[in-house]
Amino acid sequence: MLSVTEHKDINFSSDLVKQFDDIVTRYPEGKQKAGLLPILHLVQAEYGWVSPEAMDKVAAYLNIQPIEVYEVATFYTMFFLRPQGKFVLEVCRTGPCCLVGAEKIMTHIEKSLGVKEGEVTSDGKFSWRGVECLAACGMAPVLQIGPEYTFYEKLTEQSVDQLIEDLKNKI
Amino acid sequence: MARKLLLEHINVPGINTFDVYRQNGGYRSVEKALKTMSPDAIVEEVKTSGLRGRGGAGFPTGMKWSFLAKPEGKERYLVCNADESEPGTFKDRYLMTYIPHLLIEGMIVSSFALGAKTSYIYVRGEMMPQIRILERAIAEAKNAGFLGKNILGSGYDLELYVQPGGGAYICGEETALIESLEGKRGNPRIKPPFPAISGVWACPTVVNNVETIAAVVPIINDGGEEYAKIGIGRSTGTKLISASGNLNKPGVYEIDLGVPVEEFLYSDEYCGGIANGKRLKAVVAGGSSVPILPANLILKTVNNEARLMSYESLSDGGFQSGSMLGSGGLIAFDEDQCIVRNTWNFARFYHHESCGQCSPCREGTGWMEKVLHRLEYGHGKMSDIDLLVDVAKKIEGNTICPLGDAAAWPVASAIRHFRDEFEWHVTNPKEAME
Ligand SMILES: NC(=O)C1=CN([C@@H]2O[C@H](COP(=O)(O)OP(=O)(O)OC[C@H]3O[C@@H](n4cnc5c(N)ncnc54)[C@H](O)[C@@H]3O)[C@@H](O)[C@H]2O)C=CC1
Ligand SMILES: Cc1cc2nc3c(=O)[nH]c(=O)nc-3n(C[C@H](O)[C@H](O)[C@H](O)COP(=O)(O)O)c2cc1C
Ligand code: SF4
Ligand code: FES
Repeated sequence: MLSVTEHKDINFSSDLVKQFDDIVTRYPEGKQKAGLLPILHLVQAEYGWVSPEAMDKVAAYLNIQPIEVYEVATFYTMFFLRPQGKFVLEVCRTGPCCLVGAEKIMTHIEKSLGVKEGEVTSDGKFSWRGVECLAACGMAPVLQIGPEYTFYEKLTEQSVDQLIEDLKNKI
Repeated sequence: MARKLLLEHINVPGINTFDVYRQNGGYRSVEKALKTMSPDAIVEEVKTSGLRGRGGAGFPTGMKWSFLAKPEGKERYLVCNADESEPGTFKDRYLMTYIPHLLIEGMIVSSFALGAKTSYIYVRGEMMPQIRILERAIAEAKNAGFLGKNILGSGYDLELYVQPGGGAYICGEETALIESLEGKRGNPRIKPPFPAISGVWACPTVVNNVETIAAVVPIINDGGEEYAKIGIGRSTGTKLISASGNLNKPGVYEIDLGVPVEEFLYSDEYCGGIANGKRLKAVVAGGSSVPILPANLILKTVNNEARLMSYESLSDGGFQSGSMLGSGGLIAFDEDQCIVRNTWNFARFYHHESCGQCSPCREGTGWMEKVLHRLEYGHGKMSDIDLLVDVAKKIEGNTICPLGDAAAWPVASAIRHFRDEFEWHVTNPKEAME
C-alpha cells in the first residue's frame, strides 16, 4: 500500500528535530524506539502524510531499520501513506453513531464534496473517510479533523454544510 | 441524588486548571499518601475498597497491585490505559477533558504505591485535544511540586509522560498497549506472564484504566472502608456509565453500583427514557463486546428480579439470559432499529480491528462480516444463521486475546435473542434490501 508518489527530498527542520529530541528523553536509555508513534504524528502534522522518504529519515533518526517504521505506519489507521486533502473529515461509522444517523451524514458529505471515501477533491482541499468509534457516542453523530483532531458533535446535514463552508473560507 | 466521587466538581468553572482543582480539595490524597502512608498501606487500602478494574474485566485492583513483582535492580512501571475505543464507551475521554487533574492525582498516588519512578498515560492518538489537556495539567502539577524530584519533600521522584497511540482498537488490550508503547505494532502477547511479572521492556508493569486510577483518589482521601460501603455486594463504589443510542439524555453518568437498570434508563436523574417517545427494543449494557439483551431481559432477570447495574446482576443468568457490565458502555436500541444491521456493523468493526495474529479471529471475523452483510442486504440463506453461530463458537476461546470472544459474543447473542429477525431477512429479501 505504500504510495508510489515521489515525495520531494525532505529534510526535517531543526525545530522538528528538537521536538524529536524531547520525545526520546521520555524513555530509558536504549529504548528510544518507543518514540516512534509520537514522532510519526509530528511528521504527519508537518507534511500532511508520512512518505517512504520521511519514514526512512525517521528510521535513521531512531537508529532502527526502515522496516520497523513501515510496519508500524501501516498497522495504525491514523497514519496516511499517501497525500490527502488539506482537511480530512473523519466520520464515525460504528454502531452507536449509526443508531442516530451517521450513515445519512456520510452520504451527505459524499454528495457535498462530490468525491468518494478516500478520494481528494480536485482543488486538493478535502477528503473524507469513515472511521471507527471515536469515544464520543453520547454526542453522536461525530466527526474529527486532524492534525489537532478537533471534534464536531451532534452533526446534522445543516451543521455539516456550515462546517464545509467555514473550512473553504479558512484557506 | 447519588454521591459523586469522581464527577463531584465537574461543573466548577476552571476545574481543569491546577489552582481551581486544588482549591476544591485536589491533591489532598497525594499529601496524605506521601506524608503519612507507606506504599504497602496504600495497596491495603485499595484492597479494602473492593475496587475492581473499570477497563472492563473487573479484576480486583488491590490484588493486581499486590501481584506486582519486585525484583532487585529492575524498574517498575505504571501505565494508564486511556486507549478508550470500545464502541459505546466514552467516559475516560470525558474525565480527561473536564477534570484532568483527577487522573494526574491518581497517577501520582498509584505510582508511589507501586514504586514506579516513571509512569505513562497511553492515550489513543485521536484524542489529541485530551493529550494537550493532560500535558498542560502535568506541567502545572510539576510546577507546583507534585511531580518531578523529591515530591513534597518526601524523597519520592516521579516523571509522568503522555504517550499517543496511532488508531487501533486492539491497543486497548493491555499487552498490545505495551507493544505499542514500545514503538511496535499492537500485537497482543500471550498471557501469562501477566504484565505484573513482565510488561514494558520486560519490567514488572501495572496497566490500569483511567477511571480505576481516578477512583484511587477518593479511596485514599476517605479510606477504603468508606468506599466499600457504596454499591452492592462485590460491586463496590461508584461507576461511570457512558449512555448512548436512542435515549433522551445520552451522556456520562456516575452511579452507585446497584442502581436498577430501569431507573437508570427511565428516570430524569439519568437517561430520561427512550427518545422520540419510542419503545425500548434492546440494550447492550457494557460496550459492544458484551452480549445484547432484549428489553425484557435487561430490565428483569429470568427469575423476575429487577436487573441492577452491577457486575453480578448484569451477568445473572450467564450468556443464556444475561450479559456483562464490561466497560459500562450502555447502548440503547429503540423499536425501529434493525438488529441484523447493527450486528453486521459490529462484525465489520471487529474484522477491521483484528490484529491478524490468530487465524480463528482473522478469518472468522471476516467470514461473519461477509455472511451478515449478505443477510442484511437480502442475499442470505436460512442456513447462514446457523453458520454464523458455528463460526462464532469456533472463534470463542481459541485466540490469543479476548478480541476474538468480543467479536463472537455480539453475533451469538443477537441470534440467540432475535433469531426471528434474521429469519425475516431471509424470507423477505426485498424488504430487507430497502
Ligand atoms: N474499555 C474499553 O474500551 C474496552 C474494554 N474491554 C474489556 O476488556 C476485558 C478483557 O480484558 P483483559 O485484560 O483481557 O482481561 P483479563 O481478565 O485477562 O485481565 C484483567 C486485568 O487483571 C490482570 N490479571 C488477571 N489475572 C492476573 C494474575 N493472575 N496476575 C496478575 N494480573 C492478573 C490483567 O493483567 C489485567 O490487567 C473485557 O471484559 C472487556 O469488557 C474490551 C474492549 C475495549
Ligand atoms: C480488545 C480489547 C480492548 C481493550 N480496550 C481497553 C481500553 O480501551 N481501555 C481499558 O482500560 N481497557 C481495555 N481493555 C482491557 C485491558 O486489557 C485491561 O484489562 C485493563 O486496561 C486493565 O485495567 P483495569 O484493571 O483498571 O480495568 C481491552 C481489552 C481487550 C481484550
Ligand atoms: S484474537 Fe484477534 S486481535 Fe487478539 S491476538 Fe488474536 S488475531 Fe489479534
Ligand atoms: S460509535 Fe461513534 S463515537 Fe462511538
